[in-house]
Amino acid sequence: MAANPQTAAERRAPWLLLAPSLITLVLLMILPICIMFVYSFYEFVTAGVEKHVYTTANWREFFSDSYYHMFLWKTARVAAITAILCALLGYPPAYFIAMTQYKHKWLLLLLLIVPFWISFTIRTFSWIHILGEQGVINVLLMKTGLISEPLRLLYTEGAVIMGMIHFLLPYMILNIYVSIEGIDRNLISAARTLGCTAWQAFYEVVLPLSLPGLMAGLLLCFVLAAGSYVTPDILGSTRDSLFGNVIFDTIMGQLNWPMGSALSIVLLVLLGIVAVIYSRFMGLSRVFKGLGA
Amino acid sequence: MKMTTTKRLERLTDRYQNGGVSRRSFLGLAAAAAASAGIGLRWAPQALAAVSEVRFDGWGGVVQEAIDKYALQPYTAKTGIKVTQGTFGDESEILTKVKTAAPGEFQVIHSSGVEYYKRYADGGLLTKINEANIPNMANVMPAMIEPFRKIAPDLSCVPYDYGTTGIAYNTKVISEEEAKEKGALLLVDPKYSGKIGGYSDMVTRVWYAALQTGQDPNNVTDIEAVWAKIREQRDIVKKYWSSGAELMDLLAKEEIVVTDAWSGRIAALKQQGAPVGYIDPPKSYAWMEDMLILKGAPMQECEELVNFMLDPATAIAVAEGQNYPPSLDPTKVQLTDKIKALPAFDPTGEMKALTFADPGYWSSNLDAWTKQWDRISKGG
Repeated sequence: MAANPQTAAERRAPWLLLAPSLITLVLLMILPICIMFVYSFYEFVTAGVEKHVYTTANWREFFSDSYYHMFLWKTARVAAITAILCALLGYPPAYFIAMTQYKHKWLLLLLLIVPFWISFTIRTFSWIHILGEQGVINVLLMKTGLISEPLRLLYTEGAVIMGMIHFLLPYMILNIYVSIEGIDRNLISAARTLGCTAWQAFYEVVLPLSLPGLMAGLLLCFVLAAGSYVTPDILGSTRDSLFGNVIFDTIMGQLNWPMGSALSIVLLVLLGIVAVIYSRFMGLSRVFKGLGA
Repeated sequence: MKMTTTKRLERLTDRYQNGGVSRRSFLGLAAAAAASAGIGLRWAPQALAAVSEVRFDGWGGVVQEAIDKYALQPYTAKTGIKVTQGTFGDESEILTKVKTAAPGEFQVIHSSGVEYYKRYADGGLLTKINEANIPNMANVMPAMIEPFRKIAPDLSCVPYDYGTTGIAYNTKVISEEEAKEKGALLLVDPKYSGKIGGYSDMVTRVWYAALQTGQDPNNVTDIEAVWAKIREQRDIVKKYWSSGAELMDLLAKEEIVVTDAWSGRIAALKQQGAPVGYIDPPKSYAWMEDMLILKGAPMQECEELVNFMLDPATAIAVAEGQNYPPSLDPTKVQLTDKIKALPAFDPTGEMKALTFADPGYWSSNLDAWTKQWDRISKGG
């Protein structure tokens, strides 16, 4: 028997429901990106002044100048290190929260999101009091006699990575947690019944089945770290700048909007490519599942 | 030639925004025209809003606290006009905001002087103030007004204060004798590697590198030597700071022991008891700040505000609070001992003892040098 054909009203209904989101998306994201793309072809005259004639000069400068390529590579490296460290640091707590028999598991999850209640900038500034020359670590090490001169911990690449881990770790933990939580516990029991040790059960069953969540966390952390500019600005020296800082300085310092637009499009496209590659192999739905935990 | 009603209203708006017609006349004429033409006026809410509110943007921190306490709050108490305030850490930041905002959204800016005044002029953001509405301008040093007139004969600002970017040092680590002996070279002394700071600003960096290479900052003959010196310093600098608050924090927490620094902020730090000394080496970088009224601002209220700010009683109180000497001519206005003791204070009123950036020279190099500085600061 043939299925009942949908009426015109039924066909329109999903679009009507989607309309507010689509309109918001187009107005606040697609349109600004298009404007930025057009801007990237304008000619820079002087600080804050551009001529509306079309030129490829900004794009030629980007493709021919190794300065920008160096920053792209550096940004990818720092973002990758951050994402991997987030994975290493995030897996054990995610595993613990998923597996614990503690009846107030919600409390542990709540603790994960508590940092989001405090301003991101304030959380980043707090590291100055921890890593600074008169910060907690240096004072403690000097008082215990382990060092005689304060260590340089602040305004380094390490401090930038530390700050980004602080900001990104909850995203990683939530993604992995959702993945582990979805694993059928009978599979682990079966593995143990068949002679696996606890470690083997983890290695052979839990880890492979939680990989999609882990990969989703890696993608999310990588993309957010690569687009970051506040953390390097506060916790790093100018030499620890990332591509986001180059964009910021081009737009806000040099007031060169056409070049800044071209650089912004470059970062957007490259991060988009990373997301597409991930989607091809893992599917982006995993990321959204983790975010909705 | 027949003029359309819309065109007539636009001209009327321009006249109002430039101070050519009073607010009362403008509103009356606009309302009558709008009623007769039956059209909506895009700019009418803005003009009406200007009646009760003026927007002021400044540098935040102790400087803006002083301006708020001694000028803006008393102005509101006197006139009933509320002053909405915003802050910025770097003037490029506010310039970007102004550029993207509708005319009139940003109105009065505590601007950092002639170099930036040129940028506002290039961007078509200046207006024309009616100096007759600001009688207190008569007390301002002509030497401070002249550089602005060279950029745009019709003033859009009133000079308000001045200061220097000299050298601040931690007195527990560096003696006054050592600071005076080394001068600008203290900022590139390898002895303090990893404990040196600096303002993340092209003009300051090039100015000091020029001094360190024995050149005139207003006529650099060997720019490559300047870049080389900046690279040399970059490698031993701990942090290039980007706001007055960050400068004070770095010195107070002893993260750095020497840096170029804004005279007023260091005076404030000294008053707080920090072990900090300050010197102005020969040809130290002097600058003047102004109260800039932007195109589209409600002229009558803004002119009234800056006139109030220039009133000797107000300007002296603000100067003592923010630790920068006022633009008032000391040969015309009796200034206090506290102001006379401030760094950079010029008792002659002629400003000949201070070295300011030549606006023509610096603006011609601004774009290329800013780009190069951005690169070098990031390791390029």
